Amino acid sequence: MTSTPLIDCSHVSCTYGNAPVVEDVYLQIQRGEFVGIVGPSGSGKTTLLNAIMGAHPVAHGSITLQPHLTIGYVPQVETVDWYFPVTVEEVIAMTRTKTSWWPRITTTERTAVREVLGQLGIADVAHRHIRELSGGQQQRVFLARAMFSQPDILIMDEPTSGVDVRTRHEILHLLANLHEKGLTILLTTHDLNGLAAHLPRLVCFNKKVIADGNPRQVLTPQVLEQTYGAPMEVLEHGGMPLVIDHGRVAMRGEGK
Amino acid sequence: MILGIDLMEPYGFQFFRQGLIVATIAGALCGLLGVFVVLRGMSYIGHGLSHAVFGGAAASAVLRINFFLGAGVWGIISGLLIARVARRRVLGADAAIGVVTTASFALGLALMNRYGQAGKSIEAVLFGSVLGVQMVDIYAVSGVAILGLVVVVLGYRRLLFSTFDRDVAQVSGVNVSAVEAGLLAMLSLTILVTMRVIGTLLISALLVIPAASARMTTNSFARMLWISPIIGASTCFVGMNLSYFLDTSASATIILLDALVFVVVYAVAGTRNRMKMASLGHI
Repeated sequence: MTSTPLIDCSHVSCTYGNAPVVEDVYLQIQRGEFVGIVGPSGSGKTTLLNAIMGAHPVAHGSITLQPHLTIGYVPQVETVDWYFPVTVEEVIAMTRTKTSWWPRITTTERTAVREVLGQLGIADVAHRHIRELSGGQQQRVFLARAMFSQPDILIMDEPTSGVDVRTRHEILHLLANLHEKGLTILLTTHDLNGLAAHLPRLVCFNKKVIADGNPRQVLTPQVLEQTYGAPMEVLEHGGMPLVIDHGRVAMRGEGK
Repeated sequence: MILGIDLMEPYGFQFFRQGLIVATIAGALCGLLGVFVVLRGMSYIGHGLSHAVFGGAAASAVLRINFFLGAGVWGIISGLLIARVARRRVLGADAAIGVVTTASFALGLALMNRYGQAGKSIEAVLFGSVLGVQMVDIYAVSGVAILGLVVVVLGYRRLLFSTFDRDVAQVSGVNVSAVEAGLLAMLSLTILVTMRVIGTLLISALLVIPAASARMTTNSFARMLWISPIIGASTCFVGMNLSYFLDTSASATIILLDALVFVVVYAVAGTRNRMKMASLGHI
């Protein structure tokens, strides 16, 4: 590809205290890509995201962002304080913090909020308190907040962690639609079959990049064992790789 | 005259009029900042700061420097220290705050024992006193209240964003550390100008209870910022008047009134929520 990448990580290392959590990472994200970073918990996925967003210091190497790159960030739903007294509209308008000193939401902003909610199919929840929403709606609200600043790239941390199967399908379809319309997406996940196998590009990650490419190339027993440190088998189901975890324990009386 | 009691009687005294003004403004101010204290889970910091400011008050009395200057500088330094300590996770933040503030409080107590004028002044600092209120207190509390209002109005979006979602606010370009330091400095100033009336021991209640009651009445952050100062100011106003007739401590009366408001709101909101639940139950 000839265009300059949106994000270019070169020789990047990060530490947490004295412990290295990201080691010598090379990663480029081009405009229009949909990339998933997979790896076990504690593998440094979130730290790498934070480093890209400038929220975690880079110990070695460099992360180059395209000039004036706008990032829309969607945190894990589990980190949100759902009892906080805010309505959906207030949550979304929050991102306009830098451009306005005026405390009230303006009519222009209100229209823009409606528009972005409409795009995500939840136009009617603007005045609801965030706790009154279903799991899928909650995820959409935070997606809407990230989309509100019309970002060049959407960064999501574990978008399907802590959500039910139906919500996971909703999110996957929504993201596929946004990607089709040209949005660049970078996310982390530990959900191999539910999410990762559907993405066009996967990065298997455990402190460093172990493999990078199409799920069919990347999801192999060798790569997965290197990433997760446990033996796994890969089958094919409906034209897609299906990862089987071998860590099963035989329980007494099982299958009788 | 109602029931043979002259409700206007206390207004004949200048100390009462001045105390009433300071207490009412202080109630509104504490109610306003209390919203952030409650939503950020900073109640313990408010409690600790008031104790730290007590050390500064005692030290400035001993060194014969201006109370607001001495206690103010001390309070802001402890506020910033707490902000620093709270960000490091080596020792639990609450334990670290406990060390800083109780040490400061003990120092203040020791200084007053050694150099102060017997027990009376200690009691005035701990529990507050309307008698000691002067014009300068009115100016000070009004100044801080106006500053607080300006900060909350102009910083509204930053304050809301960093209170609700610290990490994303930081990623979105909000200087979260500056917001937190500013909030702690405001809190120190508030405690400083309020402590002469309310006293060290009960200020944190004034920071927490009106905001907690306001939270029970609404699901909107913006509305909470209105309701909480109104509860704070009106309980201070009524509490001051009541304390005159009941011959009780002004601060104790105010806090008891706040607690009563909380209990009532809690009971009413609880019933309403149960009704809401019941109405959803059959769907």
